[in-house]
This record gives sequence, structure tokens and C-alpha cells, in this order.
Amino acid sequence: MTSTSPIVEVSSLRKAYGGRAVVDDVSFTVDEGEIFGILGPNGAGKTTTVECVEGLRIPDGGRIRIAGLDPVADHAAVTQVLGAQLQESELQAKLTVREALELYAALYPNPADWRPLAERLGLTGKLNTRFGALSGGQKQRLFIALALIGNPRVVVLDELTTGLDPRARRDTWEIVEDVRAGGVTVLLVTHFMEEAQRLCDRIALIDTGRITALDTPQGLISRTAGSTIISFTPSAPLDDADLAALPALASIEDKDGRITLGGSDETVTALLSLLARHRITAHQLRVTDATLDDAFLDLTGATK
Amino acid sequence: MSTITAVRRPSPRTAVLRAEARLFRREAGSLFWTLGFPPLLLVILGSIRSFRKFDEGLGMRVIDVYVPTLVLVALIVTGLQAMPPVITGYRERGILRRMSLTPVRPSALLTAQMGLNGAAGVLSALVCLTIGRLAFDVQLPKQAAGYALAFLLTVTAALALGALISALAPTARLAAGIGMVVFFPSLFSAGLWAPVQSMPHTLREIVVLLPFGAASQALEQAAAGHWPAWSHLGVLTAWAVVLTAAAARWFRWE
Repeated sequence: MTSTSPIVEVSSLRKAYGGRAVVDDVSFTVDEGEIFGILGPNGAGKTTTVECVEGLRIPDGGRIRIAGLDPVADHAAVTQVLGAQLQESELQAKLTVREALELYAALYPNPADWRPLAERLGLTGKLNTRFGALSGGQKQRLFIALALIGNPRVVVLDELTTGLDPRARRDTWEIVEDVRAGGVTVLLVTHFMEEAQRLCDRIALIDTGRITALDTPQGLISRTAGSTIISFTPSAPLDDADLAALPALASIEDKDGRITLGGSDETVTALLSLLARHRITAHQLRVTDATLDDAFLDLTGATK
Repeated sequence: MSTITAVRRPSPRTAVLRAEARLFRREAGSLFWTLGFPPLLLVILGSIRSFRKFDEGLGMRVIDVYVPTLVLVALIVTGLQAMPPVITGYRERGILRRMSLTPVRPSALLTAQMGLNGAAGVLSALVCLTIGRLAFDVQLPKQAAGYALAFLLTVTAALALGALISALAPTARLAAGIGMVVFFPSLFSAGLWAPVQSMPHTLREIVVLLPFGAASQALEQAAAGHWPAWSHLGVLTAWAVVLTAAAARWFRWE
């Protein structure tokens, strides 16, 4: 990518309903080729934010640019740069997959060929099936196809995998990675930590209308206290004071002789030398990274 | 991912109209009520022997009065029953919103629906006129231009009333319900239960102020060879304008 300016720019976005701020001073930029996640609990303002980006809602304040275009003032031009899958939307129940693809292709001046697109999304066997007869996963794949059919530079995917079974969810993740590999920037709205951790290059964490953190998934995890979890069963009792003195220790738990510590890499090293000094063996020693789940709870905990 | 399209592509609005026309043909129930029911009802009424005999009170045969009424029934069924649940459903299920993410405005869906339902109503009405002429020897409208004018104003009023119901109803189910509530008074005012001429004076005065009451009188006068009274055409025009404005004012895209 030669372009250095971000393809999506949101600055100081505000939107209120009935005096209640739903989106409150949200700013972020998305670089071309990125998968950018907007993660947060239900009702945090994620969908309202992307609906402003899509030009479906008029912001109360702030500025949005998609490839330099205003989603409201330049709506027609923006529709050719930005494709989207909406959180709650359907098609006419009796429209077949083929008809939907042909129809939406006809709405764009330079559409993608829908046949390879259908192939890529595994819809080829379903072309003559009516929308109403598709499974949840198939409907979502069709909506991804429709989001891509105008050859956009950015796609917004809002709660793409909500309601899908784990298998269909994983298949959909592969499709999202594939979309990015095709050069399309992805703005992904989700409340699944696992999904954000797996797919996103960077994540904006939104809670009650505000961005509480914006970083890479790994960055978000490592900035939380206790990003490394160590658990073991010592062969002989350990002195509580020794444990409490470990560096970077965030949490300590002793359950029926099994000790679980939250800390960092430093904690692990110090613990190992402590054990060696006392000639204690750590049975079933497990060292794991905290997940985005832990980070999320930690980062949003302050506002609860 | 750019592709060269060798085939000539339909314009976006044509593509929307084509897709909607296809969907329209798939609604068997709707097709029966719009295209089948009015002609069928005419055949049933025409099969009643006394309706084909000269009626002293009316000054003509009952079946002669019923043809314009069934022309109106065709327009009422399409405008008030068939169309509102479809348009409201498109809003309720996010289909209008989905289309507003494309370069085409979602109004293309509304125009397509109004065009298709309007066309179905006109077709059904023409079938009624043809059956009346061929099967029951009912004269074709003698004042054709006046008939056409009154007819077009009625088509507009019926579609606008349907659009207003779509605008006000939050769900497709409610749109069908409200459509039903408006449906029966509309059929009554069009003279389906009793010809408007035979209604008591006061009732008649009220009925001719309603869109389909005025329409039934205008169509009957034109059928008999007179230019429709300006009062009736005026009432029809006023309804068409007011209903269209109200539908446009209150319509919500989501």
C-alpha cells in the first residue's frame, strides 16, 4: 500500500438520542488494508458509530471521512467506496441468491463479477435458493457478498457472527481474512473477544459511548495487570510472604493447594528461581497468556 | 477486482423494478386478490338473474351499476390490501436500509411497488370492463375521456392511501390490519353493498365526499355518457393530493 493517509477518519464523533449521549467524543482512524475492530458490550454505541460511518445516521457533532468523502454530504460517492453488512437486515424472502447478487450488482457502476464472489463465499450451490430458506450462516455469507459487490475499498461488518454456530463462525472468520487479503480494509464490530483477538490488527474498546482503549490485541492484553497467568501445585508449602514479594504480581489465589498467580514474564522468572532456592517442585505448572476477555474486563471494570 | 462487462446492463432502477416484478408474480395470494377476485365477484353478481333485469328505481340494470363498482374494488384491493404490508415489511425488515447503502435510493423500491400495484389494479379493472361487456352486455364507458380521467385520479388516490397506511404502520402485520379497517368502508362507499344512488340522502351526501364514493359517481356518470361532475372530480383530486402529501410527510425509511 502506497497510501499513507488513513481510509477511515473519525474525529470527536458525537450522537445523542433523546438527550442521552450514545456516542460521546469517539475518534479513531483506520489504515488501508487493516482489520480494525470495534469491541464493546451490547449497547456501548458500536453500531451507532458505524452507522454514522456508513452515512445512515447524521452525527450531532464531529467529523467523518471515508477516503476523504463525507458519508452524509457525499453519500452517493461513499456508497461506491464503502460496502457494509448491517446488524439487522433481511432481503425479500422470495428473492433467490442469484437474483439478489444480480440485482445488487446492477445498482453499482463498476460491480465485481458476482460469480467468482459467490464461489469464494461458498454460495454457488445455493444460487437458486430463496433468501427465506437460507441458514443464518448462508444469509451472512450472502450479505458479505453484497457488501463486496460494488468493489469497495472498505467494508463494515457489524456483528457478523452473532447467532452463528461455532463452526459457521470459524468459517466466517476465514472469509474475513480472505477479504482483507484481497486488499479491502475491514471495520469489524463485535462483542466477541475471541473474534476480535483472532482477526483484528487493532481494536478500539468502546464502553458507554467512549473509547476506553485503542491498541493491538496483544497491546491491550499486556497493558492489563496480570497478563500472564501461572498456576502450579507446589511439592511443599510455600511461604505466603515470599509469593507476595514476587515482582509484577497482580493477583494471587490458593485453592486446595493449587496456586494461581497473575503477573508478567518477570513474575514467572522470579517464581522459578524462588522454587529452585527452596528445592520445591512445581507440579502441573501451566503458564498461559491472559485473553482479551481478561483485558476487556480489566479495562472496562473501572467504569462499572 | 475490476471486471469488464460486455453485456449491456439494465439501469439500476430498471433492475429494481424487474426484481420486484418477479417477486410480485411469486405472491400467489396477492395475485388472486388483485387480479382474480374482482372479476370473479363480477361473474358471481352477474350470474344473479334479477341483477340482469331492468330495475325501475335505478333506471338501469343492477349489473350496469356494479361494473364501475368492481373497477373500484380492483383498485381498492391493490392499493389498500396488497401494497401496504409489502412496503411496511420492507422497512420493518431493513430492506430499505440495506438499499440505502448502495448508490440507488431506497425510493426505487417504493416507486417499483406503486407502479406494479397500480398496473395490477388497472389490469384487473380492464378485465372487469371486458367481462361486463362480453358476458353481461354492459356498455363500455360512453364518455371515455371523462372515465379515464376519473379512473386515473382514483388510481392515484388509492395508491396514496395505501402509501399512507405503509407510512403510519410500524409493522407489516399492522399495515395489513389498518388496511383491513379502511378496506371495508372503502368497499361500502364504492357501492359494493348497495349502489350509491340507492343510499338514503344524508348517507349519500357523506359517501360522495369520500374518495371511492366520489369515484363511483364520477365513473357512473362517464359510463352513462356524461362528463363527470366537477364536484366529484374535485373531491377525488383533493383526496389524491392530501393523501400523497401526508404519505410523503410521514413516511419513515427505518
